[in-house]
Amino acid sequence: MTDLPVSSEKPRRSIVDMIYDPETRGLIFQVLLVVALFALGYEIVTNTIANLKKQNIASGFDFLGRTAGFDIGQRLIDYAPTDSYLRAFWVGLCNTLLVAAIGIVFATIIGFIVGIARLSHNWLISRLALVFVEVVRNMPPLLTLFLFYFAFLKSLPGPKQSIQLPFSSVLNVRGLSLPMPIWQPGSWLIPVALAIGIIASILLGRWANARRIATGQQFPVLWTTLGLIIGLPLLAFLAAGFPVTFDYPVLKGFNYQGGLVILPEFMALLIGLTIYTASFIAEIVRSGIQGVSKGQKEAAAALGFRPGLAMRLVVLPQAMRIVIPPLTNQYLNLTKNSSLAIAIGYPDLVSVFAGTVLNNTNQAIECITITMGVYLVISLVTSFFMNWFNTRMALVER
Amino acid sequence: MKFLIKSGLVVAVALAGSVSAVFAQTKTLDTVKARGTLNCGVNTGLAGFSAPDDKGQWGGLDVDLCKAVAAAIFKDPTKVKYVPLTAKERFTALQSGEVDVLSRNTTWTMSRDTSSGLNFAGVNYYDGQGFMVKKSLGLKSAKELNGATVCVQTGTTTELNVTDFFRTNKLEYKPVVFEKLDETVAAYNSGRCDAFTSDVSQLYSERLKSPKPDENVVLPDVISKEPLGPVVRQGDSGWANVVRWTHFAMVNAEELGVSSKNVDEMLASANPEIKRMLGKEGDFGKGLGLENDWAYQIIKGVGNYAEAFDRNVGAGSRLGIARGQNALWNKGGQQYAPPIR
Repeated sequence: MTDLPVSSEKPRRSIVDMIYDPETRGLIFQVLLVVALFALGYEIVTNTIANLKKQNIASGFDFLGRTAGFDIGQRLIDYAPTDSYLRAFWVGLCNTLLVAAIGIVFATIIGFIVGIARLSHNWLISRLALVFVEVVRNMPPLLTLFLFYFAFLKSLPGPKQSIQLPFSSVLNVRGLSLPMPIWQPGSWLIPVALAIGIIASILLGRWANARRIATGQQFPVLWTTLGLIIGLPLLAFLAAGFPVTFDYPVLKGFNYQGGLVILPEFMALLIGLTIYTASFIAEIVRSGIQGVSKGQKEAAAALGFRPGLAMRLVVLPQAMRIVIPPLTNQYLNLTKNSSLAIAIGYPDLVSVFAGTVLNNTNQAIECITITMGVYLVISLVTSFFMNWFNTRMALVER
Repeated sequence: MKFLIKSGLVVAVALAGSVSAVFAQTKTLDTVKARGTLNCGVNTGLAGFSAPDDKGQWGGLDVDLCKAVAAAIFKDPTKVKYVPLTAKERFTALQSGEVDVLSRNTTWTMSRDTSSGLNFAGVNYYDGQGFMVKKSLGLKSAKELNGATVCVQTGTTTELNVTDFFRTNKLEYKPVVFEKLDETVAAYNSGRCDAFTSDVSQLYSERLKSPKPDENVVLPDVISKEPLGPVVRQGDSGWANVVRWTHFAMVNAEELGVSSKNVDEMLASANPEIKRMLGKEGDFGKGLGLENDWAYQIIKGVGNYAEAFDRNVGAGSRLGIARGQNALWNKGGQQYAPPIR
């Protein structure tokens, strides 16, 4: 124990003295608390298992290996009803991660645009942004989802009256069907070219930055980067002789078959979550920008920065330090809110695992525990990443 | 997120409730008697089986069973507290002791009966799963549904049956799964799905509720057996007896021609079977822990099985479902009750 060296320094202290020593006492209470917590946890687990057994309710995690027997409407990984419950779990998890990841990207983009627009000197733009924020963030997210979902279902036509879009895409009440690219041999050149483009852009950016600091000379980094990242893969594509064919959606029987289908449930969930979270992010961005001292902007103007450049190079980097911690919260909220998916029929983790699997196995405690654990892990990973990002941004400070 | 909180609560209730449920296990009847009301788990809204009317009064075939149990225990069919439950919530609510009996169009399956701490107390409606489609599709059989999108409610045997059906017939389909019946039906009505699948009785009920009933048609194929019945917790066979014999009393009453209208005259009947049922002969109520007029109270307060069927789902109701499988065993159906003797 850590109190050993303390007692060896003051050997004449009695037991009573030790109890009254705040440090020792604190330690004793902490140990007691940990023991009590473990005892409580142990009691809950053993009691639950004993009671489940008494009531003849199956327990344990064996069910994960059993055949699922149900189908799932959207799957990113291969899945058939003959696969196991564990496989169904992964399908649901992928669907949750997909909507959360895309939602976070779009919510951030829209949130930043609206947040900056809130501070625009243009009266109309700032008022529009204000109306957007106030309307969207004051609606419950579930209602927003229903609104978008049933708006989709009511306004989109049936499969036979589909809206034809460019590139053989079709939009109807069953979703948006896009031609799906099927890569042919030789297409490996394209991702390789993309990787080379990205690495070259990073190196180029470093070199240009170093040269600018040393000599003050500017280099058109943006255009060169775009050229490298888009141009190189395009060249590879041409060089390999168009190694791609498309699987086009065709009307067959009840519905369009083939192609890549984006379900209306996914669209409604993504748009609903994105808009809802974007309204909060907009306010966070606005408060972050307003939290940067006015003198910074004035100093930038005095040095001859144009307003846009001053915002990008002086104000936003400082605002980011205020913005990132609450931004993390919004990312976590978006991920957690994605569990509302079941209400509009999107097969996310909660719908598939804590819904169908739970009901077919009747093992509520196991299913809910696993689901809670997954959300905990996703949230912890997100906040870990954001904390790392935050420390990086904070280091810039002098 | 709201859903997670709710599920978390269910688990918390299951954890906490499982403790209390164990020592309450053998004495549900005593608990109900002491409480003075029966807690009955019912559907949140399924016309004909359990749904509140425009005055907020619960009615339906499943609700009548709750009433009949209350009548047998308290001599008063109104002493019931109805707990509306979704398909997902129902078993946890029963396991945790939130309800005493679950009378909520629940399919009797082996896994539910054997490994979920549940005990099925009979079958008060023989059903099967079917499909409802738009009439304009011109379909004759469910086997023509290749490539169709199908709306289905989660937490039901339906979800598994539909997968089995398409698999055995080597057909393709796309499921869209919702938590609540209302959203499932709304999605079907707005054209999101080609077909809506559920128990046939439920299809008829939803067809009536839809904006244009004539545009929808229930396909003739019945793809599964769905014996629906009341459920109690496992390990309390005394309580299971009360619920099981309440249903049997209603069936026996129909068979013996005793109804709520003539039950008082029947008290004077010379038929020994009727005498035993109505408590004029023997001590049959005692075995259940009830008074000997238990069946009289059921018939007086709720009626026999035929009355309950006609009033709620049969000819006398808007659903107009034929007795079919639910006719008495001696009239070509499967409703059969062991004798009271």
